[in-house]
Amino acid sequence: MLLIHCPYCEEARPEVEFAYGGEAHIARPLDPSTYSDEQWEEFLYIRSNPRGRHHERWRHTHGCGRFFNAVRDTVTDVFETTYKAGEARK
Amino acid sequence: MSGFRLADGGRIDRRTKRSFTFDGKARWGYAGDCLASALLAQGQMLFGRSFKYHRPRGILGAGVEEPNALVTVDRGPGRRTPNLRAPSVALHDGLTATSQNRFPSLRFDVVALNDQFGAFFPAGFYNKTFMWPRAAWEKVYEPIIRRLAGLGDSPTTRDPDHYDATYAHCETLVVGAGPAGIAAALEAAATGGRVFLIDEQEEIGGGALSDPAQWAWLAEASATLAAMDNVTVLSRTTAIGHYHQNFVVAAERLTDHLPVDAADGPREKLWRIRAGEVVLAMGAIERPLVFEGNDVPGVMLASAARTFALRYGVAVGRKLVVMAVHDSGWRDALALHEAGVNIAAIVDLRREIDPALVEAARAARIGCYPGYAVTKVTGRLAVDGVTIALAGVAKGQKLDCDAVLMAGGWTPTVHLWSHAKGTLRWDDSWGAFVPDKTHENLRCVGACGGDWDFGSGLTIGALPAPKPLHESKAFVDFQNDVKARDIGLAVQEGFRSIEHIKRYTTNGMATDQGKTSNLNGLQIASDVLSRPVTEIGLTTFRPPYTPQSFGAMLGHHKEALFQPLRKTVIDDWAADHGAVYENVAQWRRARYFPQGSEDMDAAVARECRTVRSAVGVFDASTLGKIEVVGPDAAEFLNRMYTNPWKSLEPGRCRYGLLLGEHGFIIDDGVSARLAPDRFHLTTTTGGAARVLNMMEDYLQTEWSDLDVWLTSTTEQWAVIAVQGPKARRVIASLVEGIDLAPEAFPHMAVREGQICGVPTRLFRVSFTGELGFEVNVPAEHGRMVWDAIWAEGQKHGVTPYGTETMHVLRAEKGFIIVGQDTDGTVTPDDAGLGWAVGKKKPDFVGKRSLARPDIVAPGRKQLVGLLTDDPQVVLEEGAQIVADPNQPVPMTMIGHVTSSYHSATLGRSIAMALVAGGRDRMGETLHVPMPGGVISAKVVAPMFYDAEGSRLNG
Repeated sequence: MLLIHCPYCEEARPEVEFAYGGEAHIARPLDPSTYSDEQWEEFLYIRSNPRGRHHERWRHTHGCGRFFNAVRDTVTDVFETTYKAGEARK
Repeated sequence: MSGFRLADGGRIDRRTKRSFTFDGKARWGYAGDCLASALLAQGQMLFGRSFKYHRPRGILGAGVEEPNALVTVDRGPGRRTPNLRAPSVALHDGLTATSQNRFPSLRFDVVALNDQFGAFFPAGFYNKTFMWPRAAWEKVYEPIIRRLAGLGDSPTTRDPDHYDATYAHCETLVVGAGPAGIAAALEAAATGGRVFLIDEQEEIGGGALSDPAQWAWLAEASATLAAMDNVTVLSRTTAIGHYHQNFVVAAERLTDHLPVDAADGPREKLWRIRAGEVVLAMGAIERPLVFEGNDVPGVMLASAARTFALRYGVAVGRKLVVMAVHDSGWRDALALHEAGVNIAAIVDLRREIDPALVEAARAARIGCYPGYAVTKVTGRLAVDGVTIALAGVAKGQKLDCDAVLMAGGWTPTVHLWSHAKGTLRWDDSWGAFVPDKTHENLRCVGACGGDWDFGSGLTIGALPAPKPLHESKAFVDFQNDVKARDIGLAVQEGFRSIEHIKRYTTNGMATDQGKTSNLNGLQIASDVLSRPVTEIGLTTFRPPYTPQSFGAMLGHHKEALFQPLRKTVIDDWAADHGAVYENVAQWRRARYFPQGSEDMDAAVARECRTVRSAVGVFDASTLGKIEVVGPDAAEFLNRMYTNPWKSLEPGRCRYGLLLGEHGFIIDDGVSARLAPDRFHLTTTTGGAARVLNMMEDYLQTEWSDLDVWLTSTTEQWAVIAVQGPKARRVIASLVEGIDLAPEAFPHMAVREGQICGVPTRLFRVSFTGELGFEVNVPAEHGRMVWDAIWAEGQKHGVTPYGTETMHVLRAEKGFIIVGQDTDGTVTPDDAGLGWAVGKKKPDFVGKRSLARPDIVAPGRKQLVGLLTDDPQVVLEEGAQIVADPNQPVPMTMIGHVTSSYHSATLGRSIAMALVAGGRDRMGETLHVPMPGGVISAKVVAPMFYDAEGSRLNG
């Protein structure tokens, strides 16, 4: 079981307190109606699926309830860092 | 009868006898024996039958690697455990063990005929053979295969035991308490940190238990560890897996080593241990050698024979031949000789052998055959001799013996290292993979780390033999009956990756996970392919290290604790009034309230008629509820839901439809605006948590500029639906401060006031099509208010009704249930809810997707009503719909039935369905092919009762 550092609680807590939230830094467009079908498809479904560093969202569901971002290595599952929502991509 | 008890030696207590039974026969052994040693001491060589060919099999190893001697231990009803390895079963008084996989008896087995026809059972046999004729599969092949397949019989009654579970934290966890593990634990303990030392055996010591010279040291070290407050030593505890960040799960067996009547408390305890550092000291497992007849009972690992002699005081035979390619075989032979076991000969394929070993063997009058190989083992139920030949190919000569020991070198036990994603590197001197790199704070010590002196040896696949590979019965995987020639065949048929070879031949796929077979299989594949083993790779190790009981995995999470059962504050009342329950999400809900001898249909029909003609009360407390508060609350909801919310006046309600960003319906519910900055949202019972999570997601990550607070209030409010033409009369005398007159309190309005003297949020809403109210009161007053409404309702002929009646009533009105009439691919328009989509809104979640080409394309499945031609036939929910029932199979299915009931109000069946292009098919007759015949039904609008909605005004 992973230990995940919540940047809001500033504590490492067991994985069961958290919920995974998919790839991070995919901002919803301010006006989706301006998006072409291809752009909208990209936003909805196309993900980077890297081998290695992956920016992803987690929610401390059974804790503070906050969404935050993390960089996790998809090969080793090691978390490089976690940071608050809204902070720049690390 | 070959094995016997040596005159002295071993760690057994010769003054304490233990009686037990094996296959129903009374046997005995000593305290400190394992089942295998006690049986060997009495001359038992035959322990089981093999999986595929039912060949007679004996003991191979002395530890958890044992593939052959699987037994079932019976400790009473529900306490029968199959597939235990005889060397790992501690002996106790009254132990009841039986052999497995034999029919009718161990000595005489009819399925052993398979063995005679072995040429017809090659690798991939099942995949190749039982393909034709297709009809024979169900009736002939499958029943036979099922009769023969499987190892042991699982218990058929409930396990009466309970299982403990705990968490632990420590600075250092040492797995394996052999000399290397004990040394690591002592070293770590000296620093003062918390240390766990765990070991799977009955007592700690590992390999030292088979070496009397180390017993004094072992006793001293054990005492030192036991005396330290910061050290926890767990024996009979198997580390079954290493998970992320040094999280190790271990199962401790607490009572199985005790007589049944002395067993008290939980049977096993599952430890979840988080360690700063994990030290693996799991040792190494000796490899068998691959030669003709290497599975005859009496052929075993040299290390096993050594353990039986030195730890248990048992000689495995009266005249032993050792087949070695490794120094450790000579060392074991010499140790056995010293313990009084008669070693007739040591055969070694190597010509160059450490002269000191050869000299010592000759001094012990052991025949030495350097450069020779065993080419054949004779005997069927037990060894009676071997044929050996120079280099395996010259003319053979016979040696008399009743046991053969194999010394094929050593394989470090890297299972947990691999669980932790540690990499491995090939080590030529070991002829095996050893640990390389890891990103965890993890290290291997002793033999499992490649750091142990077993001497040196050859790395070899199959021994050279006079017969070609494809004619030999030389086994690689004993438990799954995989022969060297099966691996050859797999390669010949084009399999190259070891992962594919493994699955095609089943090498390493039995319950022992190939502890003795993986390396030999790999080496043989490498030989046949003429490629180095490093290019072929190693299969992946996965938890558990050894088979584990389900009970330990489950721990306390069973029966009432398996998952929480949520009950409303009105649940007790429902129980007192004979409710039949159903579970919805985690909630227990009253499904119907039968009276007298009513069945469900009769009860539901009566409840429906009463609601339509008088009044019914329904516990709707399970509805998900979210309080949305803040200056931007209306703006937030406007963006989340399809409907417009900004224009909603305080005091009014609105049906809200929630889509995912993909444009499909994911939830719905009626919500009320209580104040300009306050909404009372409702969601579906099952969707409450999901909807709150989604809203938090948007609020926190997309629209963090909005000033809104979301609070789950599902359990804060009890909700009592009062529905029917007399609903107003029932609550009128109980409500204070709210004008219930229709013009003052119209449909889809909300009022705050008091009921029965407690605050209420009173909704005038209807999920039945009747005049209706939903009385929200703080949960702690829910039962009191329900009782008051129930008492008042008596004057008006009230009935309680359950979820089944609720479903029928809403279906009569064509109201959807998200998740029943929708399936995650249904848009608002598909569901006929286009009216709920705010056309003028610039944006909401999912809006852009509603303009995607495939969403606006014609022919989508749309929600329609179905009326069967025969009004008494109720369609089956989920049944597929076709346009032409006479078309050839497979038919083109154009949709399916989503909701279907008998409507007492209408005196006929009704159904809803998702049908391709459904709204263009009004009046068409469609067909539902069922096992009993085809049912025809007419497509109608999904609205069966009071289309104009006049009854809402009751």
